[in-house]
Amino acid sequence: MKAIAWARANLFNGVWNTILTLVAGYLIARGAWMAIDWGLIHAAWSAPDGRACRAITNDEGACWAFIEQWYRFILFGRFPPGEQWRALIVVILFIGMVVVSCDRRLWRSAWPITAIWVVGLIVSFILMHGGVLGLPVVTTDLWNGLPLTLFLSVIALAGAFPLAILLALGRRSDYPIIRALSVGYIELVRGVPIISILFMASVMLPLFLPAGVNIDNLIRALVGLMLFYAAALAEVIRGGLQAIPTGQYEAADVLGLSFGQKTRLVVLPQALSITIPPLVNTFIAAFKDTTLVTIVGLFDLLTTASNSITDPQWRGFYVEAYVFVAAIYFVFCFSMSRYSRSLERSTER
Amino acid sequence: MTGTDPMISLSNVEKRYGAFQVLKGVSLEVARGEKVVVCGPSGSGKSTMIRCINRLERHEAGRITVDGIELTDDPKQIEAIRRDVGMVFQQFNLFPHLTVLQNLTLAPVKVRGMKERDARDLAMQLLETVRIPEQADKYPGQLSGGQQQRVAIARALAMKPKAMLFDEPTSALDPEMIKEVLDAMVALAGQGMTMIVVTHEMGFARQVADKIVFMDQGQIVEEATPTDFFSKPKSERAQLFLSNILGH
Repeated sequence: MKAIAWARANLFNGVWNTILTLVAGYLIARGAWMAIDWGLIHAAWSAPDGRACRAITNDEGACWAFIEQWYRFILFGRFPPGEQWRALIVVILFIGMVVVSCDRRLWRSAWPITAIWVVGLIVSFILMHGGVLGLPVVTTDLWNGLPLTLFLSVIALAGAFPLAILLALGRRSDYPIIRALSVGYIELVRGVPIISILFMASVMLPLFLPAGVNIDNLIRALVGLMLFYAAALAEVIRGGLQAIPTGQYEAADVLGLSFGQKTRLVVLPQALSITIPPLVNTFIAAFKDTTLVTIVGLFDLLTTASNSITDPQWRGFYVEAYVFVAAIYFVFCFSMSRYSRSLERSTER
Repeated sequence: MTGTDPMISLSNVEKRYGAFQVLKGVSLEVARGEKVVVCGPSGSGKSTMIRCINRLERHEAGRITVDGIELTDDPKQIEAIRRDVGMVFQQFNLFPHLTVLQNLTLAPVKVRGMKERDARDLAMQLLETVRIPEQADKYPGQLSGGQQQRVAIARALAMKPKAMLFDEPTSALDPEMIKEVLDAMVALAGQGMTMIVVTHEMGFARQVADKIVFMDQGQIVEEATPTDFFSKPKSERAQLFLSNILGH
């Protein structure tokens, strides 16, 4: 009864609204039906090769057999198949570290989180790279797919965040030189496409380094992303800093708090908590932007997916491949979005 | 230094905002334990004067000393003075992301280096004296204005200041909450705290003040005991001011 009353009040109140409701309802139902028809009813779940799979689906449904055959390549790329358990552990470890760090109870002191990350990153590096404990060496050009995507986005964002805080504070500093440097950095980096930064990091940087000094391509891309994200995040954080009333600064001043204490204990906690929605927005955009590393020859999740569809046996199943990868991206981005909602609610007072 | 030195002393203090001179040579001495109420029309420089005392505003000429320490541009002097002078604002300015208890313990622990435990004990004791111990674990946003202002007083006292500045502490409050804040201030005055209070609460002034300072246009126009000030103000401007605020 309640549902009918709601529908009447919101969907069918008037001629135009009723027409709109019917048209929209038809389109949604039709779209949903097409997706179910393609993805489930006419889909083939198992087949020896692409030709056989097409014969089953008659080109009217999804060929999920392709994913069944290729999911390991899409997830881990050229990481040696016998060693992929190592990459899988790293993926789980990264997700675990991020989830644990999201627990507000851990934020009271910097030590637990720092310890978790230092240990986690060392373990991850050993697992990925090997060369010790009898693990065969896997060079960084074989770090592909999901581990690479997580590695780049998580470390770049984690490194960018403190840098962004410094830049945002610098931009509001009383010292003209610090302010000019911060503004200069932020505007310069933000005014350039991320692709050009990746190119510079990957192609131009080696030209400036002395002969014989070689920085790994992965590290160069990582640093490039980090520097770019720092500028983007700095602007978001600056917005939060500007929203703090002067009374808060004055109250901290008259209590005798030093600049550092005032910033750390009074200003930043408030500024960051009001910027949670735009921060998470930037995080989500940054996570998806890591796909651009493909242009400097790194095989992230999207690149492994596009490579998988070039196999002669399984040529052309791009919709299936991209739907699979899109679903993975969606799970990560949607989780971030949900977490931000819960964080917003818990900081509302 | 002897006990008869003034706690706070201003001599010929000047301050301008651009072309507008807010303070035109203000001199004032506040003895230890003395309670001074500063009143005057808005824009007369009352708030600016007390904000100069702990360097929320920088004075451009003249001397300010607090407990024998001269206030200069030296950050060490500024810090030393701020540690000894508590301040209560019109807008409370509590830290909204911290609980009432954390608001009180933050500075004692971080600035005075007090042990967390001792700071909590002190904070609870101060919340008792402002009569809101039951609110200790709430956040400022959950309290009424009057309660917030009492917390703000307790927060300033937690630093064990030698003097307290009040910048229109009841002006932002609903009328029914003014009394609870004034009661807390009267109690504090009873304990011998040195206080400078900018306020329009003339009842409070009459009851508590040792001295009333009337300011107008950046100058101290009159300095008198409450009895003299209210019964026979000397200056015309003070007479006009009193008739305006007491006249109905």
